Amino acid sequence: MKRAVRIAGVAILGLLAWQAVVTLAELPRFILPGPVLVFGTLWTSKALVAEHAVVTAIEVLVGLGLGGILGFASAILLAVSPLARSLLRPMFVFTQAVPVFALAPILTLWLGYGLWSKVAMAMLIIYFPVTSAFFDALMRTPPGWLDLARVMTATPGRTLWRIRVPAAMPGFASGLRLAAVYAPIGAIIGEWVGASKGLGYLMLLANGRAKIDLMFAALIVLAVLTLLLHAAVDAACRRLWGS
Amino acid sequence: MSAAPALHLSGRATIDGMPIFGPVSVEAPAGEWTCLLGPSGVGKSTVLRLLAGVGDELAFEGEVAAGDGSSLDNRVALMAQSDLLMPWLDVTANVTLGARLRGDAPPRDRARDVLERVGLAAHSAKRPHALSGGQRQRAALARTLMEDRPVVLLDEPFSALDARSRALMQDLAAELLAGRTVLHVTHDAAEAARLGHHVLLMTREGIASVTPPAGPTPRVYDAPETLAFQGRLLRLLMEAR
Ligand SMILES: Nc1ncnc2c1ncn2[C@@H]1O[C@H](COP(=O)(O)OP(=O)(O)OP(=O)(O)O)[C@@H](O)[C@H]1O
Ligand SMILES: [Mg+2]
Repeated sequence: MKRAVRIAGVAILGLLAWQAVVTLAELPRFILPGPVLVFGTLWTSKALVAEHAVVTAIEVLVGLGLGGILGFASAILLAVSPLARSLLRPMFVFTQAVPVFALAPILTLWLGYGLWSKVAMAMLIIYFPVTSAFFDALMRTPPGWLDLARVMTATPGRTLWRIRVPAAMPGFASGLRLAAVYAPIGAIIGEWVGASKGLGYLMLLANGRAKIDLMFAALIVLAVLTLLLHAAVDAACRRLWGS
Repeated sequence: MSAAPALHLSGRATIDGMPIFGPVSVEAPAGEWTCLLGPSGVGKSTVLRLLAGVGDELAFEGEVAAGDGSSLDNRVALMAQSDLLMPWLDVTANVTLGARLRGDAPPRDRARDVLERVGLAAHSAKRPHALSGGQRQRAALARTLMEDRPVVLLDEPFSALDARSRALMQDLAAELLAGRTVLHVTHDAAEAARLGHHVLLMTREGIASVTPPAGPTPRVYDAPETLAFQGRLLRLLMEAR
């Protein structure tokens, strides 16, 4: 509750400062519209913004889900197979060296203008943080637990599923939390490169028509969506794994 | 449970060239309770880890063997010095961990029974973080008792308990582990005096066997012979270098 009050306080202060700059510097509305105008536009175009926001939200959620599953599976493969580690780890680092932005046009070419090129972009951008956070945690099982499993004559498979994986879930959770913030970035990049729907598309469109107030309205909705997603993932992780 | 073998360890252990102990010789006769008593840091836990087959970080020169010549694999239960409870499992799931790691059905009835005996019946659905230190230790003891192995290695199993529950748990462990080969590490002379059919004193100079009073164990905690033996062990500990 205290935290909510503090956040609301900071938000109101920020909006006041924003409006003050716009009013005092007499900035024209096509350079920087004030929050009063932006929220006014958001209200009058709420149906339009909502339609595009739903598209982006679906891309982000599908990307987060699939990217999370892929990262989970990859981390486990890397953790159990030294061969996979020696072959794939250099490749991971290499793929991280390629800017994902540069891949967006290619993905659009391969997957088209619809949902899947954005989902692929979101997956690409969250894959590494999820995989590496979970993999690191899988490799750091407290040795006492592994010794206990050995004395109890557990098979490696059961040690993995009953001890190493549950012990590493906090690591997976921190990967997912990062992913919740990154996934919308991926989806928006995808939409900028080629789309006919979504908040990223709406922002480009508004920008092209000098409707800067609409652009800011879309931006604010995107930020709120991202914050909500992060909060939801955080709450789910806490509930499931207590961390 | 198959017949309990004697335990034998002799040799010296190092980590990265740093001596941990030895050369020493540890003998735990078959089917009996042996206490390994000694000051902190002499290497008691290390001896247990070697016997349990989990001392991978150690360089050990010597011999670890069972009296019957077979391997100790699958025949040992270890209660380590820290409780090693899994925070994501409730107490019942923790004490039945061994069965589930082996792919057997968790023996819930027996778990309920053992938890009742260690005084955790009312806490069986709790997670470890909701237990006190002594309760956690009793949960770890219960998990070890559930293992039903002929050789049981206990590392300071009662150290977190108050005097009364310590004495009760000692009685319980002595009853439930009768007939097994137990090697029990402790730094408490009173505990060794109550429980040991045999008492080994481990100091920096090596390991010496001290003969306890005759008669059944667990010995009465305030019987004159028990107290006299406890005093003798304490004196030996104090006079060791
Ligand atoms: N992983 C390790 N690396 C280096 N030294 C170690 C390691 N583990 C233990 N030692 C050292 O080995 C010695 C013996 O340790 P051990 O845990 O066997 O002692 P202990 O007799 O069980 O002591 P306590 O009664 O305090 O539990 C100690 O001096 C300790 O510092
Ligand atoms: Mg120790």
